[in-house]
Amino acid sequence: MTDLNALTIAEARDALRKGNVTSKDLTEACLKAIEGAGVLGAFVHHTPDLAMAQAAAADARLQSGAEAPAMCGIPLGIKDLFCTKGVASQAGSRILEGFKPEYESTVSASLFDAGAVMLGKLNMDEFAMGSSNETSVYGNAVNPWKVDARQLTPGGSSGGSASAVAADLCLGATGTDTGGSIRQPAAFTGITGIKPTYGRCSRWGIVAFASSLDQAGPMTKTVRDAAIMLEAMCGHDPKDSTSADLPVPNFEAMLTGDVRGKTIGIPREYRMDGMPGEIEKLWADGTAMMKDAGAKIVDISLPHTKYALPAYYVIAPAEASSNLARYDGVRYGHRARLAPGDGITEMYEKTRAEGFGPEVQRRVMIGTYVLSAGFYDAYYNRARKVRTLIKRDFDLVFADGVDAILTPATPSAAFGLGEMAGADPVQMYLNDVFTVTVNLAGLPGISVPAGLDKQGLPLGLQLIGRPWEEGDLLNCAYALETAAGFVAKPGKWW
Amino acid sequence: MSIDLETAARVAKLARIEVPEEALPALAEEFNTILGFIEQLGEVDVEGIEPMVSVTPQRLKRRADIVTDGDQQASILANAPDAREGFFAVPKVVE
Repeated sequence: MTDLNALTIAEARDALRKGNVTSKDLTEACLKAIEGAGVLGAFVHHTPDLAMAQAAAADARLQSGAEAPAMCGIPLGIKDLFCTKGVASQAGSRILEGFKPEYESTVSASLFDAGAVMLGKLNMDEFAMGSSNETSVYGNAVNPWKVDARQLTPGGSSGGSASAVAADLCLGATGTDTGGSIRQPAAFTGITGIKPTYGRCSRWGIVAFASSLDQAGPMTKTVRDAAIMLEAMCGHDPKDSTSADLPVPNFEAMLTGDVRGKTIGIPREYRMDGMPGEIEKLWADGTAMMKDAGAKIVDISLPHTKYALPAYYVIAPAEASSNLARYDGVRYGHRARLAPGDGITEMYEKTRAEGFGPEVQRRVMIGTYVLSAGFYDAYYNRARKVRTLIKRDFDLVFADGVDAILTPATPSAAFGLGEMAGADPVQMYLNDVFTVTVNLAGLPGISVPAGLDKQGLPLGLQLIGRPWEEGDLLNCAYALETAAGFVAKPGKWW
Repeated sequence: MSIDLETAARVAKLARIEVPEEALPALAEEFNTILGFIEQLGEVDVEGIEPMVSVTPQRLKRRADIVTDGDQQASILANAPDAREGFFAVPKVVE
């Protein structure tokens, strides 16, 4: 029998409903797995007492006779970016040291209302700024996949979530995605991650990075699990004015695996110079799989793709510089020790210098610069115009009848921790080259594990869907998952 | 556009982040690398294009202009580094 912590959400749900297993058993199995996996650095705040209490409540609900929600009794990890009432929520930053929210984020509250169990908080890049989980105040999260002496990155910013799910420390985890922070780590660790349409999940209570791009989503072992968990995370929230007041479909019921007659677009601009042969082959294989499943394959053009990353690195830092202005040492978190005679300006400047790490400082200052008098039009407004063009590229191909777009998820497999230390910041930014367009256009995107490279590391493919059509997108992903038949798991070395 | 040390210091000041003098040259160099990357946007023809305001066309919901929240002084102050007598305490602002 499979270890309980290695079950999928769907398997655990079915076993819970049949009474073959209890949430207490599942939760204990996960807590034990977490205890033995400290070296992965995935869980950074542990909440075993809360988990056992939630598990007991879930078991009572399951036994009460009434149909319990699908997520009832399922043990999860929650990214540190989500404010969780009474539980440390630091966004991976020193500046929020000691912060224990007095409130619960809407997404985590929805999961808990559905009966889900929180095992603890998960590592991440500081304020979700990074692609390797190396900017975290907690230290690195480590990829459970290992092929030589090196420790590999699980990707970022949701690195702890990816590592925890891939290593079977939990059944699923929450992530957030501003430029690829769910999909890139999912690809690096051989799991599934979906960023829904902008507005599907409430952003209330999630520490803000770039408000016009941020979206929460699930990171899971299978596409079916992503469908189940996403449904529990979505829904209208009056506390987030950008949250969409649209009905949330039963995503799982839409997983038929039938993609006959669907049109899948292959964007020529994603064929980058110097793309590794293995990524190119994976992409071609995925295209062939969708074709064999009965989809129609068409070549498409998204001409402004090249400008997505530069536009992102204006818009995201600009919004971050504004959002992160609130960390001033007054209302919560860290305050620097002041010297005699220091006034309030010195308090702000010292607090923020001590509290923010180098990457966050860099982005806040870039954002400040592109918004400053004299540069606002040249940088910020121009980037917003380019964003309009990037979205229009997608609008046009969808209007031409394309149902989903297939691309690689990342330009490479997971790299070694520390390997990018000498590179300039832009080299790290290139990790998001295939994912960032989706945030700029507000679209749903999913990363599905599709194969191993010659070293034996997982590679992912990305499917991009029409706005609000996560159900259809998940079904395409389900067909791809079925055809790819990816079942590899990392060997346990930790 | 090249960022000199004076501009780097000014940006740090605007962002309210203390940057020691000796760290400014490296910071300016990083800014220049990132801005060099962003400069590509200059190649795009944006004539007549509206800057994006909202990625999904939606009218923000209206609600009645009434108080819906409040009376949570203790919760609001609970995480303050320095709270006294129901207020956030900060160094003297006005002489």
